[in-house]
Amino acid sequence: MIYFDNSATTPIAPGVLDTYLKVAQNFPGNPSSLHQLGRKAAEVLELSRKQLKDLLKLTTKEILFTSGGSEGDNDVIKGVALARKISGRHLIVSAVEHDAVLQSAHQLEKLGFEVTYLAPNHDGIIEPSVLKEAIRPDTILVSIMAVNNEIGVIEPLNELAQVMKEHPQIVFHVDAVQAVGKNLEELYLNPRIDFATFSAHKFHGPRGVGFIIYNPHRHLMPIISGGGQEKNLRSGTENVAAIAAMVKAFRLEVADAKVTQTKYHEMKKRLLSFLNQNTGFYVVSKDSPIYTPSIISFAVKGVKGETIVHYLESQDIYLSTTSACSSQNHRPSHVLKSMNLPEEVMTGALRVSLGSQNTIDEMNIFINNLNKMKDDIKVIN
Amino acid sequence: MKYNELMIRYGELSTKGKNRGQFIEHLRRDVKTKLANFQVKVVTTRDHLHVILNDEDPEPIIKVLQTIFGIQNICEVVRVELSVDEIKAAALFIVNNTGQNALTFKVRTKRSNRDFLHGTFEMNNLIGDLILEKHPGLTVDVHDPDLELTIEIRSDAAYLYSKVIPGAHGMPAGTAGLVQVMLSGGIDSPVAAYLALKRGMRVEMIHFYSPPYTSPQALAKSKELTKKLIPFTGSRSVQFIAVPFAKIQENIKQKVPEGYLMTIQRRMMLRIADRIRELRHGLAIVTGESVGQVASQTLESMMAINDVTNTPVIRPLVSFDKNEIIKIAKDIDTFELSIMPFEDCCTIFAPPQPKTKPRLVQAQEYEKLIEVDELINDALEHLEITNIESDHNYLNGEEEQILNLL
Repeated sequence: MIYFDNSATTPIAPGVLDTYLKVAQNFPGNPSSLHQLGRKAAEVLELSRKQLKDLLKLTTKEILFTSGGSEGDNDVIKGVALARKISGRHLIVSAVEHDAVLQSAHQLEKLGFEVTYLAPNHDGIIEPSVLKEAIRPDTILVSIMAVNNEIGVIEPLNELAQVMKEHPQIVFHVDAVQAVGKNLEELYLNPRIDFATFSAHKFHGPRGVGFIIYNPHRHLMPIISGGGQEKNLRSGTENVAAIAAMVKAFRLEVADAKVTQTKYHEMKKRLLSFLNQNTGFYVVSKDSPIYTPSIISFAVKGVKGETIVHYLESQDIYLSTTSACSSQNHRPSHVLKSMNLPEEVMTGALRVSLGSQNTIDEMNIFINNLNKMKDDIKVIN
Repeated sequence: MKYNELMIRYGELSTKGKNRGQFIEHLRRDVKTKLANFQVKVVTTRDHLHVILNDEDPEPIIKVLQTIFGIQNICEVVRVELSVDEIKAAALFIVNNTGQNALTFKVRTKRSNRDFLHGTFEMNNLIGDLILEKHPGLTVDVHDPDLELTIEIRSDAAYLYSKVIPGAHGMPAGTAGLVQVMLSGGIDSPVAAYLALKRGMRVEMIHFYSPPYTSPQALAKSKELTKKLIPFTGSRSVQFIAVPFAKIQENIKQKVPEGYLMTIQRRMMLRIADRIRELRHGLAIVTGESVGQVASQTLESMMAINDVTNTPVIRPLVSFDKNEIIKIAKDIDTFELSIMPFEDCCTIFAPPQPKTKPRLVQAQEYEKLIEVDELINDALEHLEITNIESDHNYLNGEEEQILNLL
């Protein structure tokens, strides 16, 4: 099996699973309980938080545990909007955001908020000048992702943060779900960024767990209320085993980032070289430092992406059309649409997303299969 | 050039007459022990204690010194030879280093060395003129300067400084003899222990615990609180005496009317504490009581409880209000631990409506219903005495195991 769908989800790493099992077995208490089991679980929780803060070298920001990326985005977008609606009702999000951000924004529109959707340039980049122009006196929140999950473009967060510096009253959120393990810490740890959301299953951690880095001086109305866990910002019994496993996964992913990046570059180089040398392909994620090497989006002209996904599946190779979350909608990707790409590219787009366990040999096999597919698909068509 | 010494002024020792030498020696030993990890030299003189820095960074050393009782203040000093040129260079070094935000300054010369070439006023003018020349942005203000440069000219050398950092005050650790502190695990008693330490008392902790009514965490929490106080003790550990109290509480609960449960419990606690004090040759008992705070701390209650002993019961917090106590608890970093929600033995058998004005005669009468001596002797036979050490983890014993998983 060749698994090239790591932007959708990554398989849990063996050592991470081991941590999950051990914590689940040995620390079964509810961290809010008074008794010894509860106290021990609380200790795991707080040591996990401390470890994550140390790994991220956080000094002025805090960690809030969540159930993952979608919840994190909802918590921040809605939580900030509701907490700050007296200051203004205007939000800015990029048009290439994940649906967790976009749908939150749509819901807020129904509640009387106004949203500006920033269009990217033809590479998928949100230009700082575009952001600057969109800011209004009543803007309360700006949300722009770190790395696009469909095409792998790295947004110029440092330059965008420079724009935001002139507007200290506006909360700046970054969806950093696709950014872990890509040597991009300096982006999502920029001091001007108030909130950044993460999801464990994107870096070989368990599903259903994530975290938010937050600036404790910014108000956030809790979206999930109840028992007052996580400093009253996110109620619900903490999934201690998953949180500990996530922290371990994060540590391993960050520690290996340099080595895996080199490998991804080599794999991307090989794939692009094949795609560029053969006719019938359209490369979206070009060979440029503005794209992360681990997400490569391309289209086979004249063939639906879905057809290719199923063809490769028969060869035991797994990848997605565009975003896995929306790939069953049979709608063209909003990201590719906002980049104004030709119609046949949008319907034929595929996404190869690499993970640390992938090898260069697998890429070679994949290329051979693409080559073979050219003949087979002709027969099918 | 750099700061090469820390000059420490003694606290109240100047009033100690013939015992002064002993107090200074205590302080010197304390400073030497606490600074054992630094490559510094500690020298005492009649008026000051000097820490010769030997190129060590003064910042962390000052932090340690600020926890040592008996120190009034700490000055970062440049010590130079008795030469006008050297003094000038040191003066400019200090102004360059500390005068960034200053608009006004003053030079203050203290000259105990009468043989020095220049008089006090001459020195003030000489150095003042130099600073004005090199720092045209500064002006002189002799009443309320932003920067005050002091030059002490003594027989051996000249000492220059501008920063005077407050010390912990009080008396050097261990100069006032041994006391037993009744430590509950709440906010007040660790603060009382801290204030006892500030007056130079050596402390041992007495903690009443009531398993199975109270949890092991409550006991661990009190040990952890004790650990927080070690930096102020002048030693590396503190004795912690845990007294099993459940049996006594059960007896009282069965036999004594509810309104007097608390008074009789406290009388029993004080009796036991006093017996322990006697066994361990302590000179007083310290508690965290503050008048009027709870039912057991009204003057009537104190009278009824205190009746069981003639030993001095020292109550450092007697006139403090809660916010003042909390402030100190936060300063000495015991507050967060104290508010951890573990029931202690005082809350577990607390009656809903304790008598706020118990009568001594009645308390004595009700007490006849229980076997006072037998119960006390039994508790004393089952004391658990441990040595609380600063590097041990009492509350979070599994930290290492957890960190291995992360």
